[in-house]
Amino acid sequence: MLDDLSRYLGSESTRQLIVDQLVQHVELALLPLVVGVALAIPLGWLAQRHPLLRTSLLGVANVVYTVPSLAFFVVIPGVIGTQILAPVNVIAALSVYTAALLVRPVVDALDAVPGHVIAAATAMGYRPLRRFLAVELPLAVPVLTAGVRVASVSNISLASVGALLGIGGLGALFTSGFQTSYLPPIIVGIVLVLALALVVDLVLVGLRRLLTPWARAGGAR
Amino acid sequence: MIEFRAVTKRFDDGTVAVDNLDLSVAAGTITVFVGPSGCGKTTSLRMVNRMVEPSSGTILVDGVDVRGVNPAQLRRGIGYVIQQAGLFPHRTVLDNVATVPLLSGWTRRRARARAAELLELVGLPAELGARYPVQLSGGQQQRVGVARALAADPPVLLMDEPFSAVDPVVREGLQDELLRLQAELDKTIVFVTHDIDEAVKVGERVAVFRQGGRLVQYAGPDELLARPADDFVSSFVGRDRGYRRLSFVDGGGIEPAEVPTTRETALATAERAPDAWTLVLDEEDRPRGWLPPRSGPAEEAPGGGVRPGGSLYTRGTPLRGALDAALSSPSGLGVVVDEDGRYAGAVSAEEVLAAIRRRRDEAGAGAGGAA
Ligand SMILES: Nc1ncnc2c1ncn2[C@@H]1O[C@H](COP(=O)(O)OP(=O)(O)OP(=O)(O)O)[C@@H](O)[C@H]1O
Ligand SMILES: [Mg+2]
Repeated sequence: MLDDLSRYLGSESTRQLIVDQLVQHVELALLPLVVGVALAIPLGWLAQRHPLLRTSLLGVANVVYTVPSLAFFVVIPGVIGTQILAPVNVIAALSVYTAALLVRPVVDALDAVPGHVIAAATAMGYRPLRRFLAVELPLAVPVLTAGVRVASVSNISLASVGALLGIGGLGALFTSGFQTSYLPPIIVGIVLVLALALVVDLVLVGLRRLLTPWARAGGAR
Repeated sequence: MIEFRAVTKRFDDGTVAVDNLDLSVAAGTITVFVGPSGCGKTTSLRMVNRMVEPSSGTILVDGVDVRGVNPAQLRRGIGYVIQQAGLFPHRTVLDNVATVPLLSGWTRRRARARAAELLELVGLPAELGARYPVQLSGGQQQRVGVARALAADPPVLLMDEPFSAVDPVVREGLQDELLRLQAELDKTIVFVTHDIDEAVKVGERVAVFRQGGRLVQYAGPDELLARPADDFVSSFVGRDRGYRRLSFVDGGGIEPAEVPTTRETALATAERAPDAWTLVLDEEDRPRGWLPPRSGPAEEAPGGGVRPGGSLYTRGTPLRGALDAALSSPSGLGVVVDEDGRYAGAVSAEEVLAAIRRRRDEAGAGAGGAA
């Protein structure tokens, strides 16, 4: 077994292939994370400000999140007019997933900002947009990062499905392994997916600590 | 100067929060809006800086109709202190105070220098500037709130129940500080509270509102206490003033009664009254606790029958202490002690209340003259 693994990893071209798949996987999983966050924040902001939008947006988000990912990958090309095998389909689909997953945490986080803090900001002379960026959003970071961490794990695992559509990523190691009943690529794939999820999670935690020095002050939160 | 001219605010749901308000606040004075919850104080205040728009009528600040001024611009020139301080939890104290100068385009360095000055002005040590608001006490947070409102040196200051979230002792300190600051700064201040004591203490003029957003009396504090305009004002003023007097009135009106006592050292052989509580005293006559009626020392572990006493009331101190002593005592009798802490008698809550009632009646009769 270990022999198999070391023989598999012994080949220069295989190692190169694995690195390529890893890079592609990162792209497939994390680009949507960034896009999804960027979409969810303004959507959450709108939802939080207008009661009608809130119900409808949160409803839509829930529905979207329950659509099976594979179906999504297949439908998206029809919607945005790309080739069925283009990586951009996976990226678009996962972005929509991420946004759908994150709208609620954004709304919840904004809801949790105390009313008197917002009123104080208004009374100081903040205009709404600046107030959102300078006061409400920073205060939403702790709740928001919790959501982003879930989304990042979910994306990293979902991005493997791209391989079923013949798009690269670490999922390709699984498919090739299954097709040839050869275990090493599958093991390497699993390990790398887990490691990637772990590293990204650590980065997110570090980012949160960096952005919220105030949350640790006084041990009040 | 701030002028309300026939200002009415009717919310979308039909609630009339402010009803045809005509009032002018003189420049350089502290004017207090006081009244029960929901009488439209906050709404009136927020119409000045356009956080709420009036349904009809006009508000002028220094002769300028506020509707003609861009809201954000207007607000940067009007300090606002909100209940619970409303500090930004994610910014240090110094940066909280620097908020308005930064919004008005000052450089960060200059804004922070100004903020540091203000911390000093409101009596906070400079080290606190680096902390986050959660790391401050309630009273300190309120001071930061005041400093933040003053940062850009606005001529007008709106304060919405700024001290209501802190305990009474701290509150008095903050009130004194406000008066000291005002003597120095000479701002035009509108101060909202529902506490009549606070109103007459800090206000040069007091506007009493009642439910439905109606102004019932607008006068100096003396006149308000001496000549309430109607029953509403007199009950509002009278009721709270009674409580206030309770903290000042000495206990001369109560007569401590004798109760059965016993020495701590003689507990084992002590004679107890069959149906009265017995007060246990130490060698120096200081109260140690109470023995319940009919509890034989033989049935109890040594000293076990003694119940800890409540708070003690020192003769001659405010009546409030006597009430506390009576209510916290297991026997229902508050122990009265002299200045040296020696037993002097006991009073029941009923007696204290009767004394308070007598005092209040006297106070009510004398209010016109005293004020
Ligand atoms: N946005 C709003 N929509 C509808 N009604 C409101 C709104 N804001 C305030 N009110 C109502 O207007 C009335 C006056 O409210 P306001 O907040 O001015 O009272 P207040 O005197 O400041 O009371 P408190 O002492 O409790 O702060 C209340 O009956 C309140 O319920
Ligand atoms: Mg109010």
